[in-house]
Amino acid sequence: MDIPYTVTPRADTGVFNAKLGVWLFLASEVMLFGGLFSAYVFLRLGVDDWPGVLDGTAYDRASDILNVPLATLNTMVLIASSVTMVMAWASLMMNRFDRYKLYMGLTILAGLIFLVIKYFEYSAKLSHGLTPSDSNFLAIYFTLTGLHGLHVIGGLIVNGYFWGPGSKMWKTNPAQFTNRIEIAGLYWHFVDLVWIFLFPTIYLI
Amino acid sequence: MSDAAHADIKKHVRVYITVFAALAVLTVVTVAVAYLHLAFVPALILALMIASVKGALVAAYFMHLVSEKKVIYWILILTVVFFAVMFIIFPAAHADQAGSM
Amino acid sequence: MTESVHAGNGHGGHHELSFWRKYIFSTDHKVIGLQYGITALLFLFFGFSLVMLMRWQLAYPGEALPFIGSLFGDERMPDGVMLPEFYNQLGAMHGTIMVFLGIVPLAVGAFGNYIVPLQIGAPDMAFPKLNMASYWFYFAGGVVMLSSFFVPAGAAKAGWTSYPPLADIETMGQTMWLFGMVLLITSSLLGAINFLTTIIQLRAPGLSFMRMTFFVWAQFVTSFLLLLAFPPLEAAGVLQLMDRLAGTSFFLPSGLVVSGEVMDVAGGGSPLLWQHLFWFLAHPEVYVLILPAMGIVAEIIANNTRRPLWGYKTMVYSLIFLGFMSFIVWAHHMFITGMGTAISAFFQITTMIISVPSVIILSGLFLSLYGGSIRFTTPMLFALGFLPMFGIGGLTGLPLGLAATDIHLHDTYYVIGHFHYVVAPGTIIALFAGIYYWFPKMTGRTLNDTLGKIHFWGTIIFMNGIFMPMFFQGLAGVSRRLYDGGQIYEFAAPVIQYNEFMSISSWLLALAQIPFIINVFLSWKRGRQVNDNPWEATTLEWSAAPSPPIAHGNFAAIPKVVRGPYEYSPPEAPDSYLPQNEGPPIQPKVQVEA
Repeated sequence: MDIPYTVTPRADTGVFNAKLGVWLFLASEVMLFGGLFSAYVFLRLGVDDWPGVLDGTAYDRASDILNVPLATLNTMVLIASSVTMVMAWASLMMNRFDRYKLYMGLTILAGLIFLVIKYFEYSAKLSHGLTPSDSNFLAIYFTLTGLHGLHVIGGLIVNGYFWGPGSKMWKTNPAQFTNRIEIAGLYWHFVDLVWIFLFPTIYLI
Repeated sequence: MSDAAHADIKKHVRVYITVFAALAVLTVVTVAVAYLHLAFVPALILALMIASVKGALVAAYFMHLVSEKKVIYWILILTVVFFAVMFIIFPAAHADQAGSM
Repeated sequence: MTESVHAGNGHGGHHELSFWRKYIFSTDHKVIGLQYGITALLFLFFGFSLVMLMRWQLAYPGEALPFIGSLFGDERMPDGVMLPEFYNQLGAMHGTIMVFLGIVPLAVGAFGNYIVPLQIGAPDMAFPKLNMASYWFYFAGGVVMLSSFFVPAGAAKAGWTSYPPLADIETMGQTMWLFGMVLLITSSLLGAINFLTTIIQLRAPGLSFMRMTFFVWAQFVTSFLLLLAFPPLEAAGVLQLMDRLAGTSFFLPSGLVVSGEVMDVAGGGSPLLWQHLFWFLAHPEVYVLILPAMGIVAEIIANNTRRPLWGYKTMVYSLIFLGFMSFIVWAHHMFITGMGTAISAFFQITTMIISVPSVIILSGLFLSLYGGSIRFTTPMLFALGFLPMFGIGGLTGLPLGLAATDIHLHDTYYVIGHFHYVVAPGTIIALFAGIYYWFPKMTGRTLNDTLGKIHFWGTIIFMNGIFMPMFFQGLAGVSRRLYDGGQIYEFAAPVIQYNEFMSISSWLLALAQIPFIINVFLSWKRGRQVNDNPWEATTLEWSAAPSPPIAHGNFAAIPKVVRGPYEYSPPEAPDSYLPQNEGPPIQPKVQVEA
């Protein structure tokens, strides 16, 4: 027997199964990143100076250590990728598979650019000898952005699959494929959302 | 796909572009307020407020929450409540140490 | 056990699945449920064995364990005498294994998986492949946890609570504990997503929320707890892994002195941060341990009193309120950490409030017995046994929830007595009840009644023998996690004598499980065969599905639900019961041996 409501929504809830599933997953992710954010606030309240002393120099502002322009650029890259992601889904809704490939491709490209910029950020820190063990500021910076980065990689794998081999489903079951892209989009927007909160909290205050 | 549905999606596309523009502006605002050099707690609250507006735009329009169903809203409300519990009580417990109140 | 009848499985034909796809990598919730059940029972017995070893040391501190003591090698039990480091490994891993590898997988993974789709009239879970993945994440977590015993310096030793600073600097086994937890948490999260989607989306036509069984409601609330409470512990686990592997100081304060030397770390961290993140999960976790058990007991009581549950709606609202409150009581585990009076008062108040829905549910279950024609079947014995045991467990929690008395009782044997009453003669007894109750659904055969009754009496008597004296030891001030059971302290002298009694009870408890193990093995293939509904139950798994249910589909046709779940002895037909799906009242014909 087939599982009902995988494509068509259930009448009284108005959603199909995977949409509910992904929102539940995102709820758990809110608590995961929320736990880390709460940890950050807790730790910072416990000290007077932040970022504090690093290698003998006292710092008052995160922006003195972290690369704000690069992170601002990354913020815009991720927001743009959110737009291209939703456009990818909208293209499928308009039956334009070619446009879908374009927009999904752009989304993946933006994600890769984000990671490359991240790589430059991290290697700049590490080459200056700034590691997570040096201070709680660096520790929370690397941990929070690192976990976020892992989520970006996860999203890229999913999006890459749906751009490539997974896109075959468009021919056999376009409705279910469109749903899957909507779900992938919800996850990707969430990754963007986390960064929107992360960026000011870690880099700017 | 029907013409009406097409027109519907095209309207959505206009919304997406508008939201993108708003997000870009708000990102500039985010960086600008950092130059106010506020203390940690007020700076955090201001940053979170602006981020919440941006986040709300992403959630409402890119994630289609404005037109989502009740069941999804309930799950998110529950989540936000427990997130708030964690976010508020942890520092409160830290602030209220034995002998301080 | 079952022959797979592929009744229109949507692939347009019958393809025989290979052994691997049928029994090992199955996506059928019933197979997955059984996988969870078998694995969890094995872990429960293993975790129990760990504590039986500990109880030798507690009864006879410093004495060599005869015959098997030398098998453990010199790093653990040189000349058969237990080292404190090994005692601590046993303690930490007993707790971890029983909670995360035993009870939750059995209560939620096994019973939840097997029964929930059936009771809501669904062909399977909403995401069958995700379900399979959940099981294998659990299995992997279990392998990691077990392997940690064999790394240098052995398994985790810092308690199931893994408190820093100790946990931050402990040996390799602690890192493996953290990795194991990440895998187990992932399994639970995926499972929770599946359960919630299934219950919301796949209820059969006519099955409104207020017509669901209390068991399904319990699993529903439990899944919300797992979904929202586990991630902060996952976050904490990531932070502790960073402390251990990347040298960070999330939980290490400045100026920490270890073995006479100041630690060369950045400092500025907080051990209390771990406690907050840990208990934010671990308190809802204890409700994860008890809620499915209450659900099972409710089903069995309604069935064996031939009456509806008392106050179904009240009990459901209490369940929901309990679930919500469970998120805001956690720091009652932290009353003596130096928290101020304002925040302590907050948590004391919420903790007192949460006892109300708990009491309502227990009272509801007791009141459900009133006026019933009670059938003392084996499942009913276990279900009845649960009630006073959970009562003791719950009541003994009250002095712990009040900050003033908790100062004296925290970290003593009183706490161990309290939580074991709730989980052992509480939840485990309820889980046994569930096994006896649903075995006929899974196999088409009943478990032997005589062996069942011996199992029941032995279990409940010896469980009380182990845990009741703990209250007295705790009140006398004996701390927990003491390698010699408190022998070294003069103030403990009057209560030390209980240690031997408790240990002997634990070994006899193990013997009392033998009739159960024999029963399961014998009855699986050779038990007395029964029809599809031997208990004459109203709920869908009994009234609408064969025993065992059809592979990959459960029902010949999706049932249509027309009434509530416990229409036993309705006024219009007081000798009968009304199945939840369409159908006339049924007169009980088959006599089930009481």
